[in-house]
Amino acid sequence: MIVEALLAVTLVSAFAVFLAPDKIAGKLAFVLSLLPAAGSIWMYSDFNGSGNALLGGKLAFEETFKWVTFGPYALNWHVGLDGISMPLLVLTAVLTPLAILAAWTPIQSRQSQFFGLMLFMEMSLLGVFSALDFFIWFIFWEMVLVPMYFLIGIWGGPRRKYAAIKFFVYTNVASLLMFIGFIALVFGLGDSITSLDMPVIAQALNDGQLGSLGGIGAGTLKALAFFAMFIGFGVKVPIVPFHTWLPDAHVEAPTPVSIMLAGVMLKMGTYALLRFNFTMLPGVAKDYAFIIALVAVVSVIYGALLALAQSDLKRIVAYSSVSSMGYVILGLVAFNMYGVGGATFQMVAHGLISGLMFMAVGVIYNTTHTRMVSDMSGLADKMPITVAVFVAGAFGYMGLPLMAGFAAEFFIFVGAFHSTVLAGTVAGTNGLALFTGAAMFGIVIVAGYLLFAMQRTLFGPFRLETDYEVGRASFHDVAPLVVLILLVILLGVQPNIFYHMIQDAVGEMALLAGGGA
Amino acid sequence: MAAFAWPDWAALAPAIVLGLTALLLLVVDSIYPHTRDNPILAGISTLGAVVAGGLAAWFITSGTGENPIPLYGNAMVVDTMSLFFVLIFASVTALVSIASYDYLKGNSYQAEYYTLVVLAATGMTLMASSNSLATVFISLELASLPSYALVAMLKKNRGSVEAGLKYFLIGALSSAIFAYGISLVYGVTGHLQLDLIATTLGQGFSGLGGVLGVGVLMVVAGFAFKTASVPFHFWAPEAYEGAPAPISGFLSSASKAAGFAVAFRVFVTAFPFALVSGTIDWVLVFQILAVVTMTLGNFAAATQDKVKRMLAYSSIGHAGYVLIGLAALYGGNNSGVLSGAMLHLLVYGFMNTGAFLFIALVEYWGVGRTFEDYNGLAEKAPIACLAMTVFLFNLAGLPIGAGFMSKYILFGAAVGAGFWWLAAVGAINSALSLFYYSRVVKAMWIEDPEGDFTIRSTPTGLYVAVVAAAVVTVALLFAFGPVADTAYNAAATLFA
Repeated sequence: MIVEALLAVTLVSAFAVFLAPDKIAGKLAFVLSLLPAAGSIWMYSDFNGSGNALLGGKLAFEETFKWVTFGPYALNWHVGLDGISMPLLVLTAVLTPLAILAAWTPIQSRQSQFFGLMLFMEMSLLGVFSALDFFIWFIFWEMVLVPMYFLIGIWGGPRRKYAAIKFFVYTNVASLLMFIGFIALVFGLGDSITSLDMPVIAQALNDGQLGSLGGIGAGTLKALAFFAMFIGFGVKVPIVPFHTWLPDAHVEAPTPVSIMLAGVMLKMGTYALLRFNFTMLPGVAKDYAFIIALVAVVSVIYGALLALAQSDLKRIVAYSSVSSMGYVILGLVAFNMYGVGGATFQMVAHGLISGLMFMAVGVIYNTTHTRMVSDMSGLADKMPITVAVFVAGAFGYMGLPLMAGFAAEFFIFVGAFHSTVLAGTVAGTNGLALFTGAAMFGIVIVAGYLLFAMQRTLFGPFRLETDYEVGRASFHDVAPLVVLILLVILLGVQPNIFYHMIQDAVGEMALLAGGGA
Repeated sequence: MAAFAWPDWAALAPAIVLGLTALLLLVVDSIYPHTRDNPILAGISTLGAVVAGGLAAWFITSGTGENPIPLYGNAMVVDTMSLFFVLIFASVTALVSIASYDYLKGNSYQAEYYTLVVLAATGMTLMASSNSLATVFISLELASLPSYALVAMLKKNRGSVEAGLKYFLIGALSSAIFAYGISLVYGVTGHLQLDLIATTLGQGFSGLGGVLGVGVLMVVAGFAFKTASVPFHFWAPEAYEGAPAPISGFLSSASKAAGFAVAFRVFVTAFPFALVSGTIDWVLVFQILAVVTMTLGNFAAATQDKVKRMLAYSSIGHAGYVLIGLAALYGGNNSGVLSGAMLHLLVYGFMNTGAFLFIALVEYWGVGRTFEDYNGLAEKAPIACLAMTVFLFNLAGLPIGAGFMSKYILFGAAVGAGFWWLAAVGAINSALSLFYYSRVVKAMWIEDPEGDFTIRSTPTGLYVAVVAAAVVTVALLFAFGPVADTAYNAAATLFA
């Protein structure tokens, strides 16, 4: 009942904070959010799962019981963690308290509602990463959207209403598409499937039990379902061309919400892609590997180019997320141990680094009240710690060694270079090498825009075109930044904290799909 | 097991309790005429509903209705299905009674109001148990006549009176059509009792097929009126908008459920598809009704600019979803489809009543009726708005409560019966409905208040009712297992 306890504690905390007076809501939320954080770390230390949950692996903290039986059909409560979900669960639980801390300064109205929603969102995210029955998984998946809608819509910037609605519409349509795709598979499996248990369905699909549905043959049905889910999840990742909601949402969202959005929520998309598309339908993924790899590379390069063109610090970081998540897709489609493992590791690494970057931009904005690169210069003298962390985070983004991002991207590139998934399609390459080479060029662009932005805003003579006095940020603003940078370095120096369990979980799937060593 | 055998008629205890409650309210009124002391009235009416619901729940859990209990020469029957519907009526009645305590403060005719509510609930309870077209008609009138008066309860409000009149005229016309339909069916079969009609039809009839077909169509029309289905829906937006808000909730949830309860029984028991499909394909009729009703209801709801009217149209849309329960029958998943519809009605009873009670709360505060008037309401009343958000997102079918669950089961059952296109139309309509439901949510939470209105007080009764409905809507998600089981078994007995 550990997972249930984790969810329950977070949910009760959310309600307690929602009902608490505004004055203490922030502090209460922070203290309460330490409970799931501590719990998740304890769970990590006690983790004893092995293998991939959907491929017959042994789950840690597994819990399953009948929930609703309805005629021949059953909806079950089934939760558990494997090496893929455990790191993401810890990421969620650790990032939330830091995001809450980062909200103390900027959130000055309706605090109890804000912090209550943050905790509610955390609960939903924890549920997404631990649920293994499609039905409850979908409930958690959709529950994430509701608090996000309010968090952007109420506390966001000037165009918050537009951004919130755009976000809500995009992601809900995507969910519907994904839901239809998955349910079509379930109906295609016929009467042998009486529940939506993900391991059972994955097993049946991998055993080739899919029949035809409504006159559509199994092969076509697979492909249609694959793309319905791919687009559904791809909107959340986001992949180009479904990314346009993201910069709007990020720019309008208050800092702590951006942290959660980029840090954890985007990972829902890649996590689901890995779980559903790549694990349940590896054959289709391989058939269309060319298109998927192309989408990945376009996302990397196009996202980076868009970032280069921005003059708003937050927008730069937002677009660079599109770029970084493109690497995840590339790693997944490589279909080998390093590629998929690296992609999963990148989910965690990017969660920490993007959280860090948004937080740093948030601290800068809180003190200067501008995010425009052209409005400021020489901030390093005025706020040394913040700037130091910002620079360190930017280095992490660029993939400098000894940072989490390097480890992740290194694994992805090694995997993609050696992948045999596309072997022979492009003459003279042994697979994704050409794509990988193109994608690696993205790193150069990333380094370019980050260095360019830093050079203009942080260094040089001090100049600021707003009426605000620049002082040092308060302790509770800087503390989470420092914690995050330490975590980024820790994961960079010792990736094995998570990498061994990730590898253990994805290895079988890589063998199954056969992307090479 | 029981220490002594209960007489059979005790199975009707929920209806009897409700009837006695109504009489008790009249007694109180005659002892203290024109009382405005409504804690007693609201209390009695709530208590009566709670006891009736409790009895129904007890009967269900103790297995009383598993073997249908025929009463009064088989004119009534108590089975799990009727008890299940009693639960819906009783909960809605209880919520409405609690909420009316504040809503009615200072109004005259309070005792009459509560009496009529409880009498209508009695009629609905009897509808769910009716096993003869005669009792169907009588109990339907018992439910309808108080409703007409209740809609027109706000005598000084022109909208209310006009709505009541319109409702009454159309209701009377529908009753006439319905009664005529019954007489045609009687003419062909010589029976009013549902199972005997089916038996007679099974023995074959010659030359009267056309008459029977017209009769069944007229009976369909009667139900379409009661459930506010297209094309007999046009009274509903007016009536729901003009009526006191708690009554709108009462009618659009409980009264609609009653209509479906009796439609389920009549069409499954009296006109089994195999026996009448040669003369009238009523499954096809319901398919058309379902598609048209949900589409028209949802599109009309999307174009409204008053919240209450939007909810009224959306309740027509929901009638369309429930009609799938009749429209997808005989595809091989009968119990699943029918119980899916029953489950949706149960959840709907809480989420829709809750939404109308929130409107009652807003009317109590004197806030306007349009979407813009709701701007920034959440800053003044976060808890009530949180409850309303729960209702709206559940009505739209977002998976944060039982609303998603019941819709999923209903649509899933339709797909399982081979009617995937019905489910598809339903799903598209649900997606559309998110648009107009979230308009209210956006107004409450995200928009800034325009005028400067202050909320003077927090009416306890309304708050309790709204919050209770929200809690149940969410809690039902977790308790769905046993409830779904009950519904499934209840539907299965109907086909046995």
